Amino acid sequence: MEARAVSRDIAILGVGMHPWGKWGRSFVDYGVVAARAALGDAGVDWRRVQFVSGAATIRNGYPGQVAGATFAQALGWQGAQVNTSYAACASGSQALAAARSKILSGECELALVIGADTTPKGFLAPAKGDRPDDPDWVRFRLGITNPTYFALYARRRMALYGDTVDDFAQVKIKNAEHGFENPNARYRKRFTAADVAASPMVASPLRLMDVCATSDGAAALVVSSVEYARRVGRADAPRVAAISTVTPTFASATIEMPDIATDSAVAAEAHSFRAALPAKAYEEAGLGPADVSLAEVYDLSTALELDWMEDLQLCRRGEAAALLRSGATRVGGRIPVNASGGLACFGEAVPAQALAQVCELTWQLRGQAGARQVAGAKVGITANQGLFGHGSTVIVRR
Amino acid sequence: MTETISRPFLEGWFAESEGGAHLIGARCTSCGTYYFPRQSRYCRNPACDGEQFEDVRLSRQGRLWSYTDACYQPPEPYVAAEPYVPFAIAAVELEREKMIVLGQVVRGVDVGALQVGMTMELVVEPLSETATERQLAWKWKPAP
Repeated sequence: MEARAVSRDIAILGVGMHPWGKWGRSFVDYGVVAARAALGDAGVDWRRVQFVSGAATIRNGYPGQVAGATFAQALGWQGAQVNTSYAACASGSQALAAARSKILSGECELALVIGADTTPKGFLAPAKGDRPDDPDWVRFRLGITNPTYFALYARRRMALYGDTVDDFAQVKIKNAEHGFENPNARYRKRFTAADVAASPMVASPLRLMDVCATSDGAAALVVSSVEYARRVGRADAPRVAAISTVTPTFASATIEMPDIATDSAVAAEAHSFRAALPAKAYEEAGLGPADVSLAEVYDLSTALELDWMEDLQLCRRGEAAALLRSGATRVGGRIPVNASGGLACFGEAVPAQALAQVCELTWQLRGQAGARQVAGAKVGITANQGLFGHGSTVIVRR
Repeated sequence: MTETISRPFLEGWFAESEGGAHLIGARCTSCGTYYFPRQSRYCRNPACDGEQFEDVRLSRQGRLWSYTDACYQPPEPYVAAEPYVPFAIAAVELEREKMIVLGQVVRGVDVGALQVGMTMELVVEPLSETATERQLAWKWKPAP
C-alpha cells in the first residue's frame, strides 16, 4: 500500500492574551479576558466551542479550581467537553496537544485552549512543611533556588565556549528592544549594558536583569480542523504543524530543577533533554532548522536563550554567542529569537507561557506583529522546559 | 549552659568515617547505575528492571562542573543566619559514577576561588545553627 501524506495540522483561528504583570487578581479573571480576546479574534461564538482545554499549575489556590472547568464555568457552562493539563512549563502545550488529538480524531472541530496564572512575589518557593522525600524540599533546604540552576548553566557556557557576561547582557538588551512596543509585555523599557551590569548579582554570573521574574498573565487559542478553517473562509490561517512533549531519555545528562543530582550514565548513554524536544518537533513537522523564520524560546535567564539556540540547531553547539553578536537573532536579522521580548519582558506565568509563545508566532505569521514584525515569517518554533521532566516545542507554519 | 546538639539535616544521606566524609548512594545490582539520593525500589534505567540495590559510598572527589552562589537569602525551608551570609554552590561531576551532585561550598570559599574543572572534595559542615542545635550537611571544598 502506498503511504499517503495525511495532514496532521490544525488551524489557529484566533489568539488572545491578558497583558503580563502583577495585577493581584484571580487567574480566572485573566483567563476569561484572554479567552474572549481569542474568540473575538477568531470570530467564534463561545457557545459553538466543543472542547475546552485548560492549562493548569498547582500553586496559588488552584486546588478546587481545576483550570479547564473553571474557565468553562466562568465563560458560561455550555456543555462542551473539557480537559485540564498539568505539565509545569509545558502545561499550555499539553493542553493544546489535547485539543489537537480531539480535532484530528474527529471528535470535535473547534476547541478553545486557555492558560492563566497568578504568581507570588519573589522566589518560587516550595510548599510548607518538612518533606525530605520531596526533592524540591531538599534543594530549598540547601538554599538551591531556581536561579542557582540557570547560573550553573551560564557559568558552564563561559568555561566551555568562552561566553562572557557581556554576551548575556546583550540578550537582555535585544529582548528589551523587542518587547518595548509589545502591548502584552510587562517590562517595556530599553536597557544598556551598563544597566545590566549595575543590577544586583543574584547568582553569579547572573544579575537581576539576567533572570526572569514571575508574572500574572493569560493566553488563549481558538483552534480548529483545517477543514473547518476552510469552510469558514480561513484556509490561510497559521497551522500547528508539530507539538513535542517528550520526556527526557535516561541518562539525563544535565542537572535539572528540582534535583540535586543527575542520572548516573554508567549503564546508559547520557542524553540532553532540551535538545530532544525540538528534534521530535522537526521530525513530526517534516521541517528542519533551516526552514525556521523565528523562534520563541524560554529565556528563564539570558544565558539560557543561548543554550536554546543550540538545542534548536539554529547554530552549532558553542556558537550561539557568536550568532547573537552578529545581530542575526534581532528582529531584522536572519533568525530572530524572542521577537515578543521573551521572558525578559514578560516574566514567567507558567501555565500561560507556552501558549503565549504560540500567540506570538501566530501574530508574526499573519504579519500582525507591528514594530516587532519579522518580515516574511513562514515557520515559527517555540521551546520551553520546566520541572519534573516537562518541556515542549511547538511548530507553527503558514 | 545547654549543650549544642549536632545532627545531620537528613538521616542516612551522608556519613563521616576515617577516610573522610562521603555521600551514601545506592547502586543497582543488575545494571550498576548509581543513585543519589538512594533508590531502593526500582531502577530508572529503561533497559533494566532491577529492584535490588546496595548502599555505596560515592566518590569523595570529583571535578567542578560548574558553580554559582546565593547572593539573596533563599526562602524556607532554608534556615538563614542573622544577618544572612551568602554562600557558594558547586555542581561536581563524579567520574566513577558518571553523575553530577550539587552541594553548598564550605564557608569562607567564594566563587572567586573556584574554577570549572578543579578537583573538589566532600566534607561535612554545619548547614544551619540555632542556640541548641546544629544541623550538618555535605559540602564541597576545593581539594588540597
